[in-house]
Amino acid sequence: MYELYEFDWSSIPGALPFLWQGMVVSLEITFVAVVFGIVWGTALAIMRLSSVTPLSWFAAGYVNLFRSVPLVMVLLWFFLIIPHLLESLLGFPRGTDMRLGSAIAGFALFEAAYYSEIIRAGIQSVPKGQMAAANALGMNYRQAMQRVVLPQAFRNMVPLLLTQGIILFQDTSLVYVSALADFFGAAYKVGDRDGRLVEMLLFAGAVYFVICFAASQWVRHFQKKLKTA
Amino acid sequence: MGYNWNWGVFLQPSATGGDTYLGWMFYGFKMTIALSLSAWMLALATGAVVGVLRTVPNKGLSGIARAYVELFRNIPLLVQLFLWYFVLPELLPTSLGNAYKQSNPLAQQFLASMVCLGLFTSARVAEQVRSGINSLPPGQKNAGLAMGFTLPQTYRFVMLPMAVRLIVPPLTSEFLNIFKNSAVCSTIGLLELAAQGRQLVDYTAQPYESFIAVTLAYLIINVVVMFSMRWVEERVRVPGYLGGK
Repeated sequence: MYELYEFDWSSIPGALPFLWQGMVVSLEITFVAVVFGIVWGTALAIMRLSSVTPLSWFAAGYVNLFRSVPLVMVLLWFFLIIPHLLESLLGFPRGTDMRLGSAIAGFALFEAAYYSEIIRAGIQSVPKGQMAAANALGMNYRQAMQRVVLPQAFRNMVPLLLTQGIILFQDTSLVYVSALADFFGAAYKVGDRDGRLVEMLLFAGAVYFVICFAASQWVRHFQKKLKTA
Repeated sequence: MGYNWNWGVFLQPSATGGDTYLGWMFYGFKMTIALSLSAWMLALATGAVVGVLRTVPNKGLSGIARAYVELFRNIPLLVQLFLWYFVLPELLPTSLGNAYKQSNPLAQQFLASMVCLGLFTSARVAEQVRSGINSLPPGQKNAGLAMGFTLPQTYRFVMLPMAVRLIVPPLTSEFLNIFKNSAVCSTIGLLELAAQGRQLVDYTAQPYESFIAVTLAYLIINVVVMFSMRWVEERVRVPGYLGGK
């Protein structure tokens, strides 16, 4: 009556290479999306703060749109709709596997909206006198941004940007909706194949926990160092 | 591009009969709202308790609360959902697990989703509660204790009434997140908005209309929540504080 579940972890060792491949996919998506997200996010933040009205409206619209829609929905757009659009517009052969590309593009465009809000707050946290001083030295807007404001803004933002990166790494598990084998997808497939879903899901949860916990502790440590420096 | 736009598709009777495709969307909409609101109640209740425990001067209690927060914050939502839905019933004693597995599938999906979303969000709520309490001037707590209040009384009558009002603005974004995160529950087959969107694509062969409609529905939820929270924020603002009157 009160039997408890009997664990059998034996399918994990043999599956490690496959799981590692999945982890590489997860890290790849995270890395590319963080880099593109920060670049595009910086551009959006500068547009949002710019005095050119159409630019700031565009940036505000973009950021608000992406921040109101669930990531799952954005990914579904990128997996189900955009590939067809590209096929018919650019004449890609039908059935081209664009899932990895779609996933990366979806994450990058989505995260850029979140990064841009962090970066905008970072730019606004730089005292106004810095911009004024740079202008007084004869720098134009672009030079002042590039050489004076942004370097200071980014220094303050590093911990927040890293934390957002950890969140992004966790969110990459959502590529499950496209059956792309990232780390979580790989773990699920192995568990499903061997009838050991319980063990594989617990294992996946533990791996994510160890990585994200260690990374967030490191960010916290880094933040303290930055404050005292 | 040879695409036939057909917005009228929503008014057509659905393939399974008895309803229109618009009716499907509405069902998903109601499911998203019901799931998010019930999970939010759970998140507020649990998050408040855990957040308070994080600030109490007792290493054991605050340690447990911290472990809770770290656990729920460092595992992806999707993994947590699968753990609740697929793993937990297996780990229960057999009789209990079987009874659960034989219950109504919709009830299983809804319960797992609600508990998952609620506890996932509760960790974030707890962090806001903690920072709200920590942002109070230390003199408030000391004054409460000096007046002869016990520690629980100081929390109940001095610190919490202030902290609760201070954390409303940061909680707004968590409230918005719970609606967005509810879309993850489509992966276990719960027919909320995102899942209905996918079904509409399959049944109507009008992918653009289906996805645009679902995306708009999420935008509407977002706008409504934002405006109602702004109303709440204005009512609970503490005069004299940042953002206060």
